[in-house]
Amino acid sequence: MKILVCIKQVPDMESKFKVAASGKWYDTADLAWRMNEYDEYAVEQAVQVKEQVGGADLTVLCIGGEQVKETMKKALAMGCDRGVHVADDKAAEKEPFEIAGIIAEFARDKQFDLIFTGMQSQDRGSAQVGVLVAEMLGIPSISTIVQFAYADGRIETRRELEGGVKAVVKAMAPALVTCQLGLNTPRYPTLPNIMKAKKKELLSLPVADLLKVDARQETTKMYFPAKKGGGLVLEGELGQLADQLIQILKEKTGVLA
Amino acid sequence: MKILLVAEYRDGKLLGSVNELIAFAAKMGGDSAMFVVGSEAALPAYDGKLYLADAAACGEFNPDVHKQLLLEVVAKEQPDMIALSHSSYGWDLAPRIAFALKAAQVSEVVEVEDGVLVVSACNAKLRRTVNPKTKQTVVTLQAGAFGLAEAPTGSPTVEKIGAAGGGRLEFGGYEAAEAGGVDLSKAEIIVSAGRGIGKPENVEMIAALAKALKGEYGASRPVVDSGWVEHKRQVGTTGQTVTPKLYLACGISGAIQHLAGMKKSEFIVAINTDKDAPIGDVADVLVVADLKQFVPLLTEKIKLL
Repeated sequence: MKILVCIKQVPDMESKFKVAASGKWYDTADLAWRMNEYDEYAVEQAVQVKEQVGGADLTVLCIGGEQVKETMKKALAMGCDRGVHVADDKAAEKEPFEIAGIIAEFARDKQFDLIFTGMQSQDRGSAQVGVLVAEMLGIPSISTIVQFAYADGRIETRRELEGGVKAVVKAMAPALVTCQLGLNTPRYPTLPNIMKAKKKELLSLPVADLLKVDARQETTKMYFPAKKGGGLVLEGELGQLADQLIQILKEKTGVLA
Repeated sequence: MKILLVAEYRDGKLLGSVNELIAFAAKMGGDSAMFVVGSEAALPAYDGKLYLADAAACGEFNPDVHKQLLLEVVAKEQPDMIALSHSSYGWDLAPRIAFALKAAQVSEVVEVEDGVLVVSACNAKLRRTVNPKTKQTVVTLQAGAFGLAEAPTGSPTVEKIGAAGGGRLEFGGYEAAEAGGVDLSKAEIIVSAGRGIGKPENVEMIAALAKALKGEYGASRPVVDSGWVEHKRQVGTTGQTVTPKLYLACGISGAIQHLAGMKKSEFIVAINTDKDAPIGDVADVLVVADLKQFVPLLTEKIKLL
């Protein structure tokens, strides 16, 4: 059985963002980088399936510059068998259709039984790539899963809908699923597994070999939304802040009256 | 500009987000038509043409078949744009349609400025303007981003379209949200914990403040996903939508999914170390402080009142 999991490296969303000099993306300097949160659930689920069936081969794929190898090592330490790094210093500028095109081009002749992706990235948040990859490969896809089970080529999932409702959706492999937060509990790599991961295969491919599609959209400008304002900002010594807030609650809400 | 609006139908009901699609079409200007896999018993108030496929025949959730039906309508109407909600239905169907039409898809549009599509990035911290380069464009709209001053009126001219079966996915019905326990939607005061609480032990201080205020405590998604607080207490798109008299957000940055569930609260107080956090946009008062020190202090002072 062959499994593919696709991951992305993104900035920590708590970072202080700045707009890049191009005016079209965020400045990538001085940011802390990590695995896209949704992808951690995808990796965990892929590793769980591998452990369940025994003897599966699990590839992790990531597109980006040299620095994404750090994130790939985490996926390898979590239990992926091999890494495919699509070397592309301009990955951040690529739109979802191009990213999906690269992944599909890589996966096309590999006969993966299962493909896992996050349901979206934390920075771009398009929620397109996984479903597009499946469309390009002509396999079924189930998006936004919060529950996953696999047995004898059959997949049973729960999709998360609005308001806490879930939909039961089943499909036959080969198939692709996009993973929502809360799908499982992503493991922390142990020290022995981090050491083992260093010896695992991590192949780099130039993006030019896999990019066969053209962009269908472009970002023309990135900017900070205008503050809606109106709100009162309180700063200072904590005791005084608490007194100020209590006073406001008494006057404005009647809560403490 | 001609826009084809894709409405949603679930569990026998047409979803209210249809009005947001109509508002978007009005904002863009030009003509519109609508498509829904639904039922004659649940038609939208819409003054235009509605292509209706029968959900009972082809399934409420059946992306392969819905895609095929929608493509047939696109072939007839030749719209410049196809608009869906950025919802579990919309973000699932949109890439399938965009791929088939060789169209650009612009996800989670929050605004239209002089005809230019604006989307959010990095957890709503940033915005992008996007230029699609294809003849047709598929867009998904952020929940709540487009609204009408008044509810739409009129009744649609319905054209029924054939509903084939088939499809590679098997839909096995819905599972309702867990019942019982706390009902946040009835609480008048809610104190919510976000990722900023840092560790599960700190849920206690949020609960203590809620108790001192005679309210309930809630949480944002990351806190629930971590298993620190039960799902019944989750506020946001996939949890509860609440409108209390007072909503106190502790260590919540303000992801759009959370804001959608609480921004209609009467009075919102945010406690956050980051004064640029998006929660500040909806807060009446933003207290810039570390909640781990501030919340216990505030609780003690309230108890002494």
